[in-house]
Formats: sequence, C-alpha cells, structure tokens
Amino acid sequence: MSTAAATDGDTLVRVEDLRVHFPITSGVIFQRKVGAVYAVDGLTFDVMRGETLGLVGESGCGKSTTGRAILQLIRPTTGRVLYEGGDLANLKGRKLRDQRKRMQMIFQDPYASLNSRMTIGDIIGEPLLVHKMGSTAERKAKVRELLETVGINPNTLNRYPHEFSGGQRQRIGIARALAVEPNFIVCDEPISALDVSIRAQIINLLRQLQREFGLTYLFIAHDLSVVRHISDRVAVMYLGRVVELAENAVLYGEPMHPYTQALLSAVPIPDPEAEERRRPVVLTGDVPSPVEPPSGCHFHTRCPAAREGLCDVEDPELNEVRPGHWAACHLITGSAYPHIRAGEDDLAVVAGASEGGETP
Amino acid sequence: MGAVGDTLLRLTDLSVDFASQEGTVHAVNHISFDVAPGELVGLVGESGCGKSVTASAIIGLTGMVPNATISGSIEFQGQDLLTMPEDKVRAIRGRDIAMIFQDPVTSLNPVLSIERLMTEGLELHLGMSHSDAVKRSIELLGEVGIPKAANRIKDYPHQFSGGMRQRVMIAIAISCNPKMLLADEPTTALDVTIQAQILRLLKKLSREHEAAVIVITHDLGVVAGMCRRILVMYAGRIVESGPAKDLFRTPHHPYTVGLLKSVPRLNEPRRDTLQTISGLPPDLAHLPPGCSFAPRCYLATDECWAAAPQLEPTDAGRLSACFHSDQLRRAAGAEVTA
Repeated sequence: MSTAAATDGDTLVRVEDLRVHFPITSGVIFQRKVGAVYAVDGLTFDVMRGETLGLVGESGCGKSTTGRAILQLIRPTTGRVLYEGGDLANLKGRKLRDQRKRMQMIFQDPYASLNSRMTIGDIIGEPLLVHKMGSTAERKAKVRELLETVGINPNTLNRYPHEFSGGQRQRIGIARALAVEPNFIVCDEPISALDVSIRAQIINLLRQLQREFGLTYLFIAHDLSVVRHISDRVAVMYLGRVVELAENAVLYGEPMHPYTQALLSAVPIPDPEAEERRRPVVLTGDVPSPVEPPSGCHFHTRCPAAREGLCDVEDPELNEVRPGHWAACHLITGSAYPHIRAGEDDLAVVAGASEGGETP
Repeated sequence: MGAVGDTLLRLTDLSVDFASQEGTVHAVNHISFDVAPGELVGLVGESGCGKSVTASAIIGLTGMVPNATISGSIEFQGQDLLTMPEDKVRAIRGRDIAMIFQDPVTSLNPVLSIERLMTEGLELHLGMSHSDAVKRSIELLGEVGIPKAANRIKDYPHQFSGGMRQRVMIAIAISCNPKMLLADEPTTALDVTIQAQILRLLKKLSREHEAAVIVITHDLGVVAGMCRRILVMYAGRIVESGPAKDLFRTPHHPYTVGLLKSVPRLNEPRRDTLQTISGLPPDLAHLPPGCSFAPRCYLATDECWAAAPQLEPTDAGRLSACFHSDQLRRAAGAEVTA
C-alpha cells in the first residue's frame, strides 16, 4: 500500500483511497442516478502528529470536501479515514460523537458559521454541553479562559456575533473549536474572508495555539503564499486527486509535477522588481468539470508535457519519487521530471527534463 | 503622472458621504488624483476604504444611490462629470469610461444571451447595425480568448465558466474602445492560474487600445506586476501614492509599511511570525479627529491624534499623508547605505 507518509511512526490521521462522489439525479419521484460529481476521487495521504499539512488547489478541486469527509461531516463514498488507527468511516452515533471530541473544524466564513441568535458564550460553550464536559460553573470558567486564549475580552461573553468584526468572529470560531481540547483541527480557508491587515493576526494566532496545545492542522487554502508560511508539508490537489505532496521547502523549492510548477509560477509577488524579472507561465483553458473529469491523468488537457496515448489513457499513481516527495505523473522517472517554462506568448511549454533527459 | 503632462481624468477634492441611521458615513474624504492617457494605476486598500465607491463615483453610479452626497469634481477630458447633464454622462459611460466588475457571476444579466450583452453597447454608443455589432462582438470575444466565439455568441452566461465570464465582461468593457477602464477587483473571484491569464489580457488590451486602467484591489501582488503607479487608500483617504517600484521598496506611510509586511511572499525566506497591523479599521461614521490610522499606528504621536495630516510631496512623484514620513524615509536611506 502506498501511503504518502513522511515516517510511519507518528501518523495521527491516515486517509486511504478516499472517494466522495455526489450523485446527480433525475426525475421527481423515482430519482434515478444519471451521473456523479467526482469531488474527491482517490486520495491517500497521512497527517503526522503535531504537523500542519497544507492542502492547496483551485476552486472545485475537492479540498474542502476532503476536509469534511475526514471529519465525517460528509460520508465518504468509499475509502478509509483512520484516526489513530481506528476507522472513522464505520462509526455511527455515540461512538462517532466521542471521536469528534478529538477533531474539530474552523470554517471559512465567520459570518455564516456562528449562530446569530446565540451569545458568543453559548456558542463556545455548546461543544462542552454536547459532550457533557464539566458542570455549569466549570463550563463558564472554561469559556472565559478560551476567550482570553484567542484574544477577546472575556467580559463580552454575553454579546451576540453581530457585535463583533470579521476577525473577532473568526477568533470566536477558533475558541469554539478549541473548547473540547481536540488534537486535530481542519482549518477550511480560515482567513480568506478576512481583510489583509487582519489575516496576519489570525495566522499568528493559529501558530501560537499550535505550539501551546500541540495541535495538528489540516490547513486548506487556495493562497499558496499563506500555505507556505504556515505548513510543514504541502499537498497539491487537482480535480479530486493529490498530484504532489512534499515537505514545504521541497515543494516550493523544486516542484516536480507540471501542475504544481504552473500553479506556483502564477502566484503574483507583491514586489514590482521581482515581478519584472519573472515570467509567469500561463496555462491554457479552465479547470475541467468534476462531473466529467478527463480520462487518464486529470491534468492532461492543460499539461504542456502531456503525451498522447499515455497521459490521456492511464491514471498516474501517486509515487514516492524521492524520499518524502510524492508525485502523480507519468513523466517523472527517477529524479527526472519535465520542466515547465514560459514560451511564446507566455504559454506553458516544456523546457526538457532534468538530469539527462527523459527516458524514452 | 504622465510624462507628456496631459491628463485624462482629474479628481479634485472628491468626497462621497452616505446618510445612515448611525450618522453620516464618510466613505471617500477629499481625495484628489490624476490619471494620464494609457496609464496603469493601482488603487489599493482594504474593504471599506472607499476604493470601490471612488470607482462608482467616476463612472457615475454613486449619484444613483438616493442617500449619497458627492462633492468636489471629477474631470474627464477637461469636463466635470458631476455637473454635466445626465444624458451627456450617459454618452460617456460605457463608451469612454467602462467598468469591469468583481463578480462575473452576478454582473452579467443571466436572462440575456452573450449576443445581447455584447451588442447593446455597440448599437447604443457606436450606432452599429445589429449584424455589424454581432460581427464585431465575435471579433472581440476572440480577442479576449474565447475559443470558437462564433458558436458561443448565442449562449447564456451560465454556460460559461467563471474565467470565461470575466473574459466576456472584459470584451463588453472594451467593445466601444474606452479611454479609461475601471477594473474593480477583476480577479478576486478567480483562481490563480485564471488570474494570471486575465491580468495578462488586461495589460495587453490596455497597450493595444491605449486605454488607461485603474485596477482596484486589496491584493498587492496583483498591482505589483501590472501598475506603474500606486495609490494606497485608508478610511476614505489616499494615504500614499507614487511610482510602484519606489513605493513597494520604501513605503512612506506606516499603513503601507504594515500592509506590505503582513503578507507572506513566495520570493522571501519564511518568517516565524508575520508582522501585523494591530486593531481594526475605523468606523467611517465616527472617524477620529486626527489621522484615521493613528489608533493602529506604531509611529503615532500626540500630533497625529490632534490633526489629520495632509497628502504632501515626499520625493519625486511621491506623496504621503503622514507627519512621520521623514522618519520612514531616513530609515529606508540608512538601510540602503548600511
């Protein structure tokens, strides 16, 4: 079994061949299944204890669905999610709820994810109530402590969410996630809805909490600069599959998959002088629909290196191409891989393979 | 500031206020700037800083909001758009000044075909016949990179992806050869690989059509590669402006310093913690009497709380509204010589 793990010793969450297919139905009474959205289509990776695994990709690539499927908020169609070795996908009812104490989620939209009719004290205290943790007085003390931890005045616990700004609401959402003292937190685009000057505050808070409580994060985001800042390892997704996974410095330093190379090159740098020297690679076309993903390698329709008869036919496997560096591409052989650069009209072209060229 | 010295657009002392239950919201406060023909200008700031309100004032959409009060002047080719009769403004809007909106999903009318959306402006402003307008529309769609444009012109917006819809919107905006394009967060709703395509397209079209572009965004990365001049807005005021390279290298306003330092960059080593700007942007209905940034500023002194600093020249082509911009300049100078 190939698993994209750094070392096998300290895996907290293991995802094995995870698939989430949403059925598309037709008809009013007898709903026939006429197709499926292949949102997550065969994911395998490990999250190590205490690390931050960044999960990046463009919209519709299935990264949020992955986060939800791991926490069983969406039931996977097939595949296993092992939390400390136990499969979550088979659990139901109380047993699942008991496990949920150990894994929580921070949501993207701080306006939609807090109940506007509950005080923030009740919002943060609710997980404690659900899991029957502590007496009323103990819970109240815990809520005050949590508010202080995330940098909000504990005397405001009787106020309602609308009295707080976006950044403060996100802090409240973080406090709620921390209430049951989880080990593992899925952060689903936790800063995308926030203003630029507030984002840095929340990123710093998340890192500080991780150090303080020894948390493990799955950090889902589309902003590659932020993911580089916060993650220990990074997985890149494209149309429901992981195409590359490596240590942060390796992935950003020497990306091997053509998609990762193009994606990183497309990120604008807030520095006009660096921008002048740089020639970003332009990929043609759009991300295909996950309803009808392309055959073979999902990226072959936009890949400048794609080979007919191979990439459009065979699914590439996620292989360990170098120790700790996983990639799913037919054209990576040994440590040789296609180099993507900007050609005519800045369109992506292949500059040749590294280390003595491709094997025929 | 164009080398030729001619001005396409001149905003003088523009203010936009909105009456609300909580008092008057000062969305734009006495801002002035010029745009030369063909110039690429970036208007940067966070949500609520007044950048989008400025754009809608230029294109004459703010006047349609019943509780808005506009003062100052917006001169386009020497004529004040604010005092001009509505029918004259209507002839300019959409023809000489066009706008690209942030969200391509909501800003294209879903019940109109691409053909209707495209030809409306061409027929109205340029007096083209419908068949000529259709022909021209197909050319334009091709120019913005829509494959098989002739086959797709009868389609409706929902049949296009987000990136393609943004291309359609750009095609509509450039259809009447505008002299000025206002691009309000043109790539915020798009993915990175699509963003790169759209920014490249905007740059190319601006060059080919000799159109000035004001790019309004919160993303410093978007303007860094595209605009030669940057205006930074905070709480309805322009706090700093200048050539992009100089401004990014040595900002002369503490807010710009904070903005630049709070975003991680791919071309820099990773830092352990990001530098933050403490606190929150001010309530535009209750602006502090002095500098609006003073409550969050690491350089603030008593002077800053007492009076608002004016936008003053600090260097060649550069302006900053800060009593302590000299300090920032000296610090930058020391860094260079060190």
